[in-house]
Amino acid sequence: MSEIEVTEKKEIEEEHPMENLLRMDRMPHIWCPTCGIGTAVTAFLMALEKSQIPLNNTAIVSGIGCTGRVAGYVKLDSFHSTHGRAIPFATGLKLANPKLKVVVFSGDGDTIGIGGNHFLHAARRNMDITVICVNNFIYAMTGGQCAATTPITANTSTSPYGNFEQPFNLPYLAASCGAVYVARWTALDVRRLSKSITEALQKKGFSFVEIICPCSTLYARRNRLGTGLDLMKFYHDNSVIKHGADLSELDIGFQSKIVVGKFIDRERPTFLDALNQGLRGVLKDKFVEYGGPTDDD
Amino acid sequence: MRFWRKPLDADKLQIPHGEIHIIRERCKGCGFCVEYCPKDVLELSTEFNYKGYHPPRAKNPDDCVHCGLCELLCPEFALFVKEKKEVVKVES
Amino acid sequence: MKANPKGVLTGAHYLDGDHAAAEGALAAGCTFVAGYPITPSTEVVERMAERFPEIGGVFIQMEDELGSMAAVVGAAWGGAKSMTVTSGPGFSLMMENIGLACMMEAPCVVVDVQRGGPSTGLPTLPGQADMMQAKWGSHGDYEIIALSPNSPQECFWVLIKAFNLSERFRVPVLVMMDECVGHMTEKVVIPEADKIELYPRRYTELPPEKYLPFKPGKDLVPEMIKAGDGYKIHVTGLTHDEKGYPVMTWEAQEKLVRRLIEKVRLFKDELVDIEEEQTEGAEVVVVSYGISSRVSIPAIQKARKEGIKVGYLRPIIVWPFPGKKIYELAQKIKGFVVVEMNYGQMVLEVERAAQGKTKSILVPHGGGWVHEPEDIYKAIKEAVK
Repeated sequence: MSEIEVTEKKEIEEEHPMENLLRMDRMPHIWCPTCGIGTAVTAFLMALEKSQIPLNNTAIVSGIGCTGRVAGYVKLDSFHSTHGRAIPFATGLKLANPKLKVVVFSGDGDTIGIGGNHFLHAARRNMDITVICVNNFIYAMTGGQCAATTPITANTSTSPYGNFEQPFNLPYLAASCGAVYVARWTALDVRRLSKSITEALQKKGFSFVEIICPCSTLYARRNRLGTGLDLMKFYHDNSVIKHGADLSELDIGFQSKIVVGKFIDRERPTFLDALNQGLRGVLKDKFVEYGGPTDDD
Repeated sequence: MRFWRKPLDADKLQIPHGEIHIIRERCKGCGFCVEYCPKDVLELSTEFNYKGYHPPRAKNPDDCVHCGLCELLCPEFALFVKEKKEVVKVES
Repeated sequence: MKANPKGVLTGAHYLDGDHAAAEGALAAGCTFVAGYPITPSTEVVERMAERFPEIGGVFIQMEDELGSMAAVVGAAWGGAKSMTVTSGPGFSLMMENIGLACMMEAPCVVVDVQRGGPSTGLPTLPGQADMMQAKWGSHGDYEIIALSPNSPQECFWVLIKAFNLSERFRVPVLVMMDECVGHMTEKVVIPEADKIELYPRRYTELPPEKYLPFKPGKDLVPEMIKAGDGYKIHVTGLTHDEKGYPVMTWEAQEKLVRRLIEKVRLFKDELVDIEEEQTEGAEVVVVSYGISSRVSIPAIQKARKEGIKVGYLRPIIVWPFPGKKIYELAQKIKGFVVVEMNYGQMVLEVERAAQGKTKSILVPHGGGWVHEPEDIYKAIKEAVK
């Protein structure tokens, strides 16, 4: 029998510039090769640095799913809550301590599938949180089931003959519920994505950024689309930047053109601002504003 | 760099240069960096890392202009670029 | 530490159970309530919505009970004392996130004003059929603490006790009221703030490099932090190690879940709160809680007039169940009479705790109205044979 050459594991000596924002004791992460979530996280971390929001004051909440694991790898006060309930968890966190900057980083199934109700109401109320929704058109972690964003005719494990349900148009949904900042980018367009996330983080109110990400092991494989790299090439050739486009034209069909850009950027009073202002107007001097936890709480 | 007209501040123009650092053991061989480098600096090497993937290698390291796209695109935090302090004169 | 006077409505009032519970929560320093309206608990949140702007606190009416409970757990990590209020159908919806609160060891209070069930049942009429659900409702192994008041005055004190226990044990504490107690109006005396003792949240003094979020102290309860203090912890609903990082092994499961259970079970003696009357030398002991305990009283008095030695036992902390006391009595008496507004829930605990030493007679009731004292009296006569 011939000698089998075994490659030895070498110690990592170099330090990546983003390591101060990552939980390096949990690396390597669980995402598949050519998965776009790692790229989305890199864009987010760059955006967080650029926004100059104090890191001690930032909290990240995610739900369940492949994207839901992001909270476990980012070095901030991170919370990995139950499926679909990242947004109300973030609501509670923000209202208990209004000085926190709360980011919800979760997948499409978690945010708009099971968490749909919470998404609608948080946008309606204009809760001051930033929701970053990684859209890979599928419920990836559990094996590739059909999601509310799966394009028509796509093959998933619970629609093995093709999906025949109309998917959501997420920017349209977010905008119609009252989000103040709505943007969509693909994972390939990292610089514009990062800039958009910085704007979303610095915006007061419910800001929503959708990131179209490749899912290689499930979406791409089941639909014979190659690997995540092939999907990235597809985004390169088929994404069209149209800032301020008509939201009703943002539907994504199976392997269709993807319209990206910043669609909504408007001002609206946040939930707490409106509440405090309204109560002060009615109660005048009797009103005591809740400022957050005190030292003796 | 080649220009069809010589810029007025050509003598002050500096093209940045980058030094690519590859953390081979983290790479999962996705190929994003190789595909999207604007100066075609990288290629997947023939060696394996301990996970069994082919990490990238810089085939034309001097062409790197420190754009940082590879660092941003990498999903594994496996490569980054540092600026090399070198000034390259512009030729018309 | 003492209560903050701004939340304490000192004086003698005429309040119903729901309102008294709201006052109890305010006196305990509750600063965050996320709720969803459901009869018969709505009055609690209505009062919180009215009082919070004058005291300093946030009330948000969430879109459903699932969101309410998730917001309550989030607020606990944000540094607030948080609470939610619901009834049967909402209680069922909250179960997953009660499990999350147990796993994340988030101190919070859930008030369940029980009504006739199952499903939509009798929205405006009492029941006591959620008692087992309080203990076993969520999936997996965990321990919670549950209390059951039987008068508006007691609702006030039980809410304060609930907040204190949730801080002491870092578990969600359930207050199992019923619609009768919630909607009956009685005199409620609220003392001055310095007569109310509060258990402060156990924040750590350790610096971020040394702090481990789930490293237990001597009483198996870890020290807490709040988001925004710069500790950069990770908290997850997955099985985790002392650092809070998810670990998918049976050893980690054993270590974590055993501690979550033992932190309450091993300290059961701290968690005994019973009202008993004439149980020494009794022949029959009537075990009841909530509104059923008040209905038992005329039956007990009638039996005592006939010379039967009847004891009265009312657990105020219903979970963990005061099994020790039951066993002690079981060896001396002829029988227990368990009066509850369901078809047999806490009677199973009484039977289990008695370990066969004596019989337990259940006086069941489907809910919708209180028991007839006559039925309880008949059961007492049956037990004394």
